[in-house]
Amino acid sequence: MAITIKVNGVGRTVDVDSDTPLLWVLRDVLGMTGTKFGCGWALCGACTVHIDGVATRSCITRIDSIGTSAVTTIEAIGATAAGAKIQKAWLDREVVQCGYCQSGQIMSASALLASNPHPTDSDIDDAMSGNICRCGTYLRIREAIKQAAQSSGQGG
Amino acid sequence: MILDHLSSRMTGPDRSPSANDLSRRTFLQAGAAAGGGLMLSLSLPFANSDAQAADADGFTPNAFIRIQRDGQIVLTMPYVEMGQGTYTAIPMLIAEELEADLKQVRLEHAPPNEKLYGNPLLGGIQATGNSNAVRASWQPLRQAGAIARTMLVAAAAKRWNVDAATCRAQSGEVLHPPTGRRATYGELTADAARMPVPKDVALKRPQDFKLIGTPAKRLDTPAKVNGTAVYGIDVQPPGVKIATLAQSPVFGGRVKNLDDAAAKAVKGVRQIVRLDDAVAVVADHMGAAKKGLAALKIEWDDGPHAKLTTEAVAGELEKATLNPGAVAQNIGDVDRAMASAVTKVEATYHLPFLAHATMEPMNCTVHVRKDGCEIWIGSQAVARVQAAAAKTTGLPLDKVVVHNHLIGGGFGRRLEADGAARAVQIAQHVDGPVKVVWTREEDIQHDMYRPYWFDRLSAGLDAKGMPVAWNNRFAGSSVASRWASGWFKNGLDPDSTEGAIDLVYALPNMHVEYVRVEPPGIPTAFWRSVGPSHNVFVTESFIDELAATAKQDPVAYRLALLDKTPRAKAVLALAAEKAGWGPPLPERVGRGVSLQYVFATFMAQVAEVEVAKDGAVRVRRVVCAVDCGTVVNPDTVRAQIQSGIIFGITAALYGNITLKDGRVEQTNFDTYQVLRMNEAPAIEVHIVQSVEPPGGMGECGTSAIVPAVANAIFAATGKRLHKMPVDTGSLKQPG
Repeated sequence: MAITIKVNGVGRTVDVDSDTPLLWVLRDVLGMTGTKFGCGWALCGACTVHIDGVATRSCITRIDSIGTSAVTTIEAIGATAAGAKIQKAWLDREVVQCGYCQSGQIMSASALLASNPHPTDSDIDDAMSGNICRCGTYLRIREAIKQAAQSSGQGG
Repeated sequence: MILDHLSSRMTGPDRSPSANDLSRRTFLQAGAAAGGGLMLSLSLPFANSDAQAADADGFTPNAFIRIQRDGQIVLTMPYVEMGQGTYTAIPMLIAEELEADLKQVRLEHAPPNEKLYGNPLLGGIQATGNSNAVRASWQPLRQAGAIARTMLVAAAAKRWNVDAATCRAQSGEVLHPPTGRRATYGELTADAARMPVPKDVALKRPQDFKLIGTPAKRLDTPAKVNGTAVYGIDVQPPGVKIATLAQSPVFGGRVKNLDDAAAKAVKGVRQIVRLDDAVAVVADHMGAAKKGLAALKIEWDDGPHAKLTTEAVAGELEKATLNPGAVAQNIGDVDRAMASAVTKVEATYHLPFLAHATMEPMNCTVHVRKDGCEIWIGSQAVARVQAAAAKTTGLPLDKVVVHNHLIGGGFGRRLEADGAARAVQIAQHVDGPVKVVWTREEDIQHDMYRPYWFDRLSAGLDAKGMPVAWNNRFAGSSVASRWASGWFKNGLDPDSTEGAIDLVYALPNMHVEYVRVEPPGIPTAFWRSVGPSHNVFVTESFIDELAATAKQDPVAYRLALLDKTPRAKAVLALAAEKAGWGPPLPERVGRGVSLQYVFATFMAQVAEVEVAKDGAVRVRRVVCAVDCGTVVNPDTVRAQIQSGIIFGITAALYGNITLKDGRVEQTNFDTYQVLRMNEAPAIEVHIVQSVEPPGGMGECGTSAIVPAVANAIFAATGKRLHKMPVDTGSLKQPG
């Protein structure tokens, strides 16, 4: 069936089964490959996108559950204030290694920062522990979130 | 690992090659590049002098540096970036001596060609592994940079009719300070190509380095934070279909019956491909392919390994160590020393099968045509992929085109071409390109695993508790022997024994044997820190047991055995000092230490763990001291150590692939757990300043942390762990 969703501000109509996970619509139907596949069961966070600003695992999100909500992906997160700060902090702190999980990490971190400009270590644990990184970049992710939060505090 | 004691012979503890060695080790030619630039072709050195001599007659370049008319410096290299920072460290080596800015240097993936791009430390095989990209490139790339700079300066001096000695190179230009004249490398490159190649060039003294040793920004990262980086799984050739697959759950099994009616009815499913031992669903998108896969009714013939269990494998290995193996190292007379020992200590150790669980699941995109085959993949060994595709299709090698892409985690998994061969088998039945993507379950259940190991050790202590005899016999799969048959000689390969022999400790009588046993029904492969992932755990656990038996402090006990290896002694002392070794800790909190010399790098770690009443282990803090010789990019060294430690803690606390009824029992990140943000310890890295040649860095953090954690658990609970991963049930507080 034809379903229309709003991705990064643009309406996109796709013809797939209504139970198709958003992840595959993004990657294989719309060709937006920044959002990654890791596990298929919301265990690793690689597929994280924002739905109305909330960090959401796209691998278990049915396409027919989205309705008129706004889907934001890694390709557009830099256009948000929190997303831009997080991306900059990721580069400043040299967080990235293989990089495969980092789309999901950045989406989780930018949702955290948008809703909580000054997260504590415990807030960071809560928001980020659903995102696995096999390269073990956790320490730098934590530092980068703190740096981004600090730049929020300075009004930047 | 591989060939490492060959390389350590060259750059071993407290030795470095002489300046004369350097000029003989590098073979280089220079001339005009297509398009009018300067091209340097160089042959990276072999690690042992025999191979060097054999190669001296014919010049076979395997790396190329092109200085273009636009001033860009393009390096074609066989190494791939998989997060370890190679694409930043390697250009630093050239830019340092060439006097160019790092941003002028661009790296290109080399196409598959083992003759040209074989990695000398990997026996000439085109691959990225063994933590050796910087080690193999260290001398030749700096030398090439110096030669190119000399030729560029000579070209400028000739053009200006001045003495070359009055010119200098700086930031991609040649300057003539007396007259203020200057020319960019781009302007000089055509003239430089006609200059004679200097025979001897002086390399910079370490104190003059501008780039080496200074943290440099990674060059590959911007695309990885905005979703534009293209990994193998992201390629989209026009018309590509997506496939996913089910392979026989028992290795060696076959498809007996297939009912695909329901799968074919799924919207978006295009085709079912039935192979002898696997079924694939080809669809418009992965959602449809997965739905189709779930709708398949497959009956399997499990084959000869239908009853295989982990216990059976372990039993076979244990039995194998009752008989002699190949002697890997013998020092002194162990039997005599053992007979005279005051105290005797015995222990056995088990290490489990481990999966790689790279974040990017296995995948490979293939387009098979009648006259050729095109492949898109992220591989650590691209020539292997090409060969596998040629073999599967029957096409000649030159009809197989391989496009290599970024790697979403390698850790040894992507040194194998099994996935590519499988994808080609499927693609042979598909009209047009098909991207075959493993589900996470398929990825974990059809990995090629870090081998299971069984080790039997005994030691004799003198009246003071110091070791006078050390006996070690271990059994397990020889990955190196399968991967490159030439490496298996006299029952030994250099990887399986690394970390078990040539120990840093002064052991007057030592005997180590390896028994090669290939378990049936489960394929094995390299895994981050390879041989040392097993041997360092065993060696460092056992030396800790000896210290405990002697009632001595584990750090002091080790230090007493290190007089002949000062670099090892220095890192151990540094780690202990920075960790605050000594003062007592609260109940059920403990510190553990480990020390190793592997991948030509010295490393000591102190782990601090807390064991809860229910036996749950939390690693709170890790202090690491490292002497990896000259540090090229300090930030990458720190990042790799942090990474290796987290990877190793995952293995120590959770890593366990088990077999039941021939099937791997673990499926996804719920049953094959990975350390998460909330569990990550604080990590401190202390780097020893050194001018020795660089050691490997990508893997040592992993092998060192596992025994440090086990030894810390002993300190916290008194329970010695002889089997990995940690069994929390055995650590419950009594009462």
